[in-house]
Amino acid sequence: MHIMEGYLPPIHALAWTVAAAPFVVAGVRRIGRIVEDHPETKLLLATSGAFAFVLSALKIPSVTGSCSHPTGVGLGAVLFGPNVMAVLGSIVLLFQALLLAHGGITTLGANAFSMAIVGPWVAWGVWRLTSGFGRSVGVFLAAALGNLATYCVTSVQLALAFPDPATGFGGALVKFLSIFAVTQVPLAIVEGILTVVVVNLLAQYSRDELSALAFLRGAK
Amino acid sequence: MGRNGVLLLIAAAIVVLPLVVTGNAEFGGSDGQAQGVIDEAGYQPWFEPLWEPPSGEIESLLFSLQAALGAGLLGYYVGLRRGRSEARGEKRDRQRDEVHAGD
Repeated sequence: MHIMEGYLPPIHALAWTVAAAPFVVAGVRRIGRIVEDHPETKLLLATSGAFAFVLSALKIPSVTGSCSHPTGVGLGAVLFGPNVMAVLGSIVLLFQALLLAHGGITTLGANAFSMAIVGPWVAWGVWRLTSGFGRSVGVFLAAALGNLATYCVTSVQLALAFPDPATGFGGALVKFLSIFAVTQVPLAIVEGILTVVVVNLLAQYSRDELSALAFLRGAK
Repeated sequence: MGRNGVLLLIAAAIVVLPLVVTGNAEFGGSDGQAQGVIDEAGYQPWFEPLWEPPSGEIESLLFSLQAALGAGLLGYYVGLRRGRSEARGEKRDRQRDEVHAGD
């Protein structure tokens, strides 16, 4: 889902940055409030960021014969709500842009919009809708669909910037989705499973924090 | 094997499967493929990365570092909480034993 440095025309790069900025600002304020009201969940918050750090570093082979990576943003979105991941996900993307030449500064806004904003919001929305079917089912679907949504947004962003000369936006969207979406399906399943494993561990050993966060969700 | 063990095995199988069934594939990155499509259309990127890892080795070093930092914190957190909840369980057991000792 990384759009490489310089690979979005300036006006697109600017527009996505402007679109992403309010979510990051809201996320910073939300993190401030969580740290103030529930300092005992600080380490879990950092751990949610760490999970995104690990997962987005792993290039995983797919049945299409190419590689892609999970995002890891579903965990934090389910636990803390979607806005905190706008900040934590952007930090991951900034690290990769500056040290790995993976993604870029000019495309940071667009990449943050897909991985740190839409992915977590989809994950959180799916979790709210499906948690009634059981914790593991809800977490799995949230993380897997958040992951897929991220790559669909990337495809839309690229199709908007590079419409096909003959078939326009639609043709370009099909082209980019064919690169990203199918490759991503097994990875989304892997991300869903790994997120369930971590939530299982939390349910076993971190009951206090989880009940504090359930309160947070209710109070939102 | 616990439930998490089974889940991790399934995840590992999904990762390994493509290597077995599509043995001759290149397994290049999907990000790079999208970049290739844009390049073919004749697009010239207007901005270069400020810094690039000088070699594939340095790049894999930094990717490993990213994964190691994340995994380190994740392991520290789970270990800390597990230790704490076990200590709490032992304390509960001790208190129960003390109560029964007075019977």
